[in-house]
Amino acid sequence: MPPSRMTTERESGSSMPVPSPMPVTPPSVSMEETSPASGSGAPSAIRTYLNQRGSGRLADNSFAAVMLICACSIFAIVLFVFTILVLRSHLSLVQFGWRFFTRSAWDPVAGDFGALAFIYGTLATSILALILAVPLALGVAVFITELCPRPLRAPISFLTELLAAIPSVVYGLWAVFVLVPLMRDVIGPFLSKTLGWTGFFEGPNFGVGLLTASIILSIMILPIISSLTRDIMMAVPNSQREAVLALGATKWEMIRIGVLRNSRIGIVGAIMLGLGRALGETMAVTMVIGNHPEISKSLFAPGYTLASVIANEFSEATGDLYLSALIQIGLALFLVTIVVNAIARLMVWAVTRGAPARVS
Amino acid sequence: MSTQPLGIPPTRPMDFQTKTMRLNNLRRNIANYVVSSLAVIATILVIIPLVAILFYLIYKGASSLNLAFFTHLPAPVGESGGGMANAIVGSGIILTLASLIGVPIGIAAGVYLAEFGRGRMLANAIRFTADVLNGVPSIVMGIAVFALLVQGRHFSAFSGGVVLGIMMIPTITRTTEEMLATVPHAIREAALGLGVPKWRTVMSVSLRTASPGIITGCMLAFARVAGETAPLLFTAFGNQFWSFRLNEPIAALPLQIFVYATGPYDEWHRLAWAGALVLIVLIMVSVTLVRIFANRGVLKGGS
Repeated sequence: MPPSRMTTERESGSSMPVPSPMPVTPPSVSMEETSPASGSGAPSAIRTYLNQRGSGRLADNSFAAVMLICACSIFAIVLFVFTILVLRSHLSLVQFGWRFFTRSAWDPVAGDFGALAFIYGTLATSILALILAVPLALGVAVFITELCPRPLRAPISFLTELLAAIPSVVYGLWAVFVLVPLMRDVIGPFLSKTLGWTGFFEGPNFGVGLLTASIILSIMILPIISSLTRDIMMAVPNSQREAVLALGATKWEMIRIGVLRNSRIGIVGAIMLGLGRALGETMAVTMVIGNHPEISKSLFAPGYTLASVIANEFSEATGDLYLSALIQIGLALFLVTIVVNAIARLMVWAVTRGAPARVS
Repeated sequence: MSTQPLGIPPTRPMDFQTKTMRLNNLRRNIANYVVSSLAVIATILVIIPLVAILFYLIYKGASSLNLAFFTHLPAPVGESGGGMANAIVGSGIILTLASLIGVPIGIAAGVYLAEFGRGRMLANAIRFTADVLNGVPSIVMGIAVFALLVQGRHFSAFSGGVVLGIMMIPTITRTTEEMLATVPHAIREAALGLGVPKWRTVMSVSLRTASPGIITGCMLAFARVAGETAPLLFTAFGNQFWSFRLNEPIAALPLQIFVYATGPYDEWHRLAWAGALVLIVLIMVSVTLVRIFANRGVLKGGS
């Protein structure tokens, strides 16, 4: 690996920028004193000058230390968030313990809290969003990497990146004014007419509910999954493709055997990153899910998610227990997204390790 | 293993036109066409609604945007007109604060990863943690900062700046690292060979060379947190009036969009669209710049 070799050379050379055959004095001292001759006779003018300048080792070390401290602040942030969430949810942790996540009561007045309805809402919307988004995202990634004519490739991937950067609240705004009426008047009636027998599309349809939230979520995670999958597929070496094609495979067989099979771990990782995003997504979901804590089989029914209950009730929570129950929900969300993201990153990293660095 | 007769008698050439083979080929070709067209259809299905969202936002926003939006306070309920001047200024204050916190720490961490920590276990752990931290929901960050800075005190602009600053760090760290990785080693070695200390090399050579990319990376992080609403709900909280003090609740553009979008009045909805357009323009510009710099030939050729 040439880069790492060069790095080591550079680092060993850089620890002493002033090459001196005899480093007799420590650098902090050599700042002041003009050191004696290193060889025979009087020191040359250049040697004197260099010794006067000092080696800058002190500055180098302190610079490196500052950089290291800043880098370690990332660990500190994670630890800080975790500690403070545990501390502040103490009340609720003691009162409810693990049962908090298996009870569906949510009664701030009586001080009775359970998160099951929110967990159901979060899981239902996230999984439904994945079901909607993953096939489309994979299709887009396959199209961009394998089938797309070259001039179209850049605009399409640029567009998907742009859409990944649109803020959640703007998606929410669009959903409230375009998607909700569309769901209420067009998609909803159609679904209840054709698929009503499954029981998932029953009951009154106001346009807001689990299904609408899932659709907006799937639109939001699509660009993330597809751009990551595209990067992962690009990391598959061309020799793999050529080998399969040389055996007489069709293009689809080449994609299936040469590309998808080699990158399947990374693709699963990309999907999990999308899942992590969907689990924690707050604003757009809050705006269209209906915000009613109930567990209903119908996808038209309003629901509530972990993130949106925090968004709606946190700033007006009265009472310590109420607040600490909400913080406990936050803690659960934090731990789940950390685990999902960590696994996903490891999977993506396992595939793209050898590929060049990428700017997201 | 020499010339053993295989299954086929060597005298007769292999027949590629048997019925089963033709059927097999047909099946494979059909599968190929079906999957290819499915991929094309998927792309069209994705691209069209996404483009539609974009154009609808631009259309609605542009028709609602006017000068008053940038110069007036929000009008009382029932009156038309009014703008989001205080929200724009508030967002500006919060984001300035966030950048003051996030940009130096983020860049320094990126410098550590790229210049000092190459191949070290610690650097890999930090990189991994930064990526994971990037995926933590913003609302959880909001709770943590709320518990630290707001609970028992006021909602404040300062806490909003802190939470957004923390959220900028992982993005800036990773972009800085990736941009520094594109700086050719030869440039660094030239500086070191002249006797320039390492810290000076990093500041004046590596960072300087990668600066267009790093600046746009910062803008990308800036644009991302500019649209964050959830953590501001209980840190900056929002305000209908002018506020410049850091220890008071302050208005912010995404918060105002959220409040107006979920409100019942048409006038509010109009303002929400206008605000969304302003946000999107900000984000589009920075994403485009990042794209341009990331693909620019100048930085290519390193590592």
